[in-house]
Amino acid sequence: MKHLYLREKARCAFAMAILLSSPLAAEAGVYDLTVDNVTIDIDGIQKNGIGYNGASPGPVLRFQEGENVTINVTNNLDEATSIHWHGLILPFQQDGVPTISFDGIKPGETFTYRFPIVQSGTYWFHSHSGFQEPDGAYGAIVIEPNKREPFRFDRDYVVQLTDNHPHRGSRIMRNLKMMPDYYNRQQQTLGEFFDDAAKKGFGATIDDRMAWGNMRMMPADIEDLQGFTPLMNGRSATQNWTGLFKPGERVRLRFINSSAMTYFDIRIPGLKITVVNADGNNVQPVRVDEFRIAVAETYDVIVQPEEDKAYTIFAASMGRSAFGRGTLAPREGMAAAVPVLENRPLLTMADMGMAHGDMAGMDHSNMKGMDHSNMKGMDHSNMSSGAKPDPFYAPGSGLAPKTTDNGRKFLSYTDLKAQKPLYKHRKATREIELRLTGNMERYIWSINGKKYQDDEEIRLKLGERVRFKFVNETMMSHPMHLHGMWTILDTGAGKWNPIKHTVSVAPGTTVYTETEVDAPGQWAFHCHLSYHAASGMFRRIVVEGPETAQLEVKE
Amino acid sequence: MNKIKLPVQALSVAVLGLLFLSPSSWAQEKGLFFYGLQMEELEYRRGDEKENLFNWNGDAFVGTDEIKLRWLGEAEYDRGASKFESLENRLVLQMPISTFFDAKGGVRLDTPKGTDRWYGVLGITGLAPQWFEVDADLFFSEAGEASARLDVEYELLITNRLILTPSADINVAFSDDTEIGIKAGLTSVEAGLRLSYDLIDRAVSPYLGLVYERKLGNTADLADGEGEDIEGWRAVIGTRIVF
Repeated sequence: MKHLYLREKARCAFAMAILLSSPLAAEAGVYDLTVDNVTIDIDGIQKNGIGYNGASPGPVLRFQEGENVTINVTNNLDEATSIHWHGLILPFQQDGVPTISFDGIKPGETFTYRFPIVQSGTYWFHSHSGFQEPDGAYGAIVIEPNKREPFRFDRDYVVQLTDNHPHRGSRIMRNLKMMPDYYNRQQQTLGEFFDDAAKKGFGATIDDRMAWGNMRMMPADIEDLQGFTPLMNGRSATQNWTGLFKPGERVRLRFINSSAMTYFDIRIPGLKITVVNADGNNVQPVRVDEFRIAVAETYDVIVQPEEDKAYTIFAASMGRSAFGRGTLAPREGMAAAVPVLENRPLLTMADMGMAHGDMAGMDHSNMKGMDHSNMKGMDHSNMSSGAKPDPFYAPGSGLAPKTTDNGRKFLSYTDLKAQKPLYKHRKATREIELRLTGNMERYIWSINGKKYQDDEEIRLKLGERVRFKFVNETMMSHPMHLHGMWTILDTGAGKWNPIKHTVSVAPGTTVYTETEVDAPGQWAFHCHLSYHAASGMFRRIVVEGPETAQLEVKE
Repeated sequence: MNKIKLPVQALSVAVLGLLFLSPSSWAQEKGLFFYGLQMEELEYRRGDEKENLFNWNGDAFVGTDEIKLRWLGEAEYDRGASKFESLENRLVLQMPISTFFDAKGGVRLDTPKGTDRWYGVLGITGLAPQWFEVDADLFFSEAGEASARLDVEYELLITNRLILTPSADINVAFSDDTEIGIKAGLTSVEAGLRLSYDLIDRAVSPYLGLVYERKLGNTADLADGEGEDIEGWRAVIGTRIVF
């Protein structure tokens, strides 16, 4: 943090005021970031990584809505770098994606980002070069709103998660290409075969293994990348990041999932969680016990610990190969019981899109109250008593979140309702179908069967409202992230549909989003799993408008 | 013939050199290319007639999703007799032809004790249903003879680190090549069973195993006539290496 400071706050206020549309803003913050080779300490083991201002994670950048920021980024690495401001609405040249928004930042060079802050909420920033982000190049952004927020809190903490791996990103990518199950240590074993045979019968178990073997797919393929250490604000479960509170206080926790590959299921035993903001946009408060955070998403929640004791923030990886942990406590050095990691889930044929071939193209809004009684051979274990299945998972999916106890509430996308819609609700002008495709054995991930290198850009027109239809034909979840423009997730809530920057598309499902195309230029659009994006699940989006006429379109 | 070994060695050095180029990254940066080395077998073999053998079987590649240059090598060195019973190097280009299979084509040079042979190679490699790893190759020798090999391997996970790997390879010749001791028909078979433990990631996996080798048909008769062993059991100890 030592290099990060605010200076010349009002010096160019006059010049900036001209540029600004908001009449409130007269602030202009200058921030300095250095991109450095750093050491990351995990349980006493020192690992080389990449960070900002000498540390990974980097600092929390605190901006004010309406502020004009100037951010000087100095590259101290011996390779090119870049910073992408994840979720921020800004001119495309400031978006920080090499070859799409700019040329990148060469070693030794200082690049100055300049853009107005036109929103508030919780966001993050990370490198969009190489595998610097999985190697540690990420940090948080907190933007204070100009108007009073529709919820109260006494304390405010960023809780930034990542899946720190002992291998560098480039090595991970290479290993996955060579052996796609290189890091999967949750595969079905001979012992499990006998256990299943004892439970379900020998014949049924053989049939099950044969069905998967025939597809050459593994039901245990939920986390391609295992062997990582989940970190909370840079600290491992044993290093136990702690946030202090006084009993009775409302604590705002800004969860950010900066992982390369890992979704987390989060709960704080003993506390109800009120979700108030998703991906930087306020939602109508919803009380839950647990929630899943996809890679690159953010959720702001409010908890109110009443007792003078410690509470554990427990973040189990979706595939249950590891957990992160932190503590909310009235005093430093306190700890609460840490839950035991549950058994790993398994994918089902529903996740393969097999059980319901007609799912694709289905509208989720009319799925409610569907009769599930005819789904023979399905694993019902995840449909805990009476709980309505989450329509954002294939019916019978092995990935559908399970609460730890019956009667507990797990957040669904359908629970997210915009607090204040950003756009007037209107019918989309056209629909674009994007099939999420891949080949696990070759570790190739693609859109409509084509890798980034092999397909053309997606062209949108300024002023249109485009409806994206995501059809996930793979057996993995993909957190799809559109740069530069908001993604309105169709949960069937019409004008109250939540506004996000990253939307997770579960296997075997179809998800619709809409985007008001209001930002000219060219933007990145990709799966935010680092090794999926790198292996082809990535597109360039070109928004054609008056300003792009003179735009030099780069390859 | 020995002069011919030079280009093969040069190519091997070139492949190894390429290994030190690093792979690129985010798709937006284009040009993803990779490399890797896998020694499936790197082992000491003790024969049932007290043979001391050293054996390897592995491959290295450099390339992209679309095309790879791959070196494949296998050998059996008889320490007692100080000679290579077999020594084979292949250099092939490999391209995807279906979701799970690649086609490969290139050259093979055998330089064991005795006569050397050049071959042209055409084959497929991939993953068959039920997780069988399959390699099937056709060889066309400089002597004008054709032969083929089928290599099948399966990994049975006892735990996620303790792995039992049965494997088999079968060789067949379509015509006689008596100079190198081959007669038309099934020529030889090798079956192995190895129990490995992933000690360091999947990079180093030591194993113990049993291997059965046998010459077949007229090839066996020919060997028998020259006083060679036509079959043998070997206890093996070694390690798999992935880099």
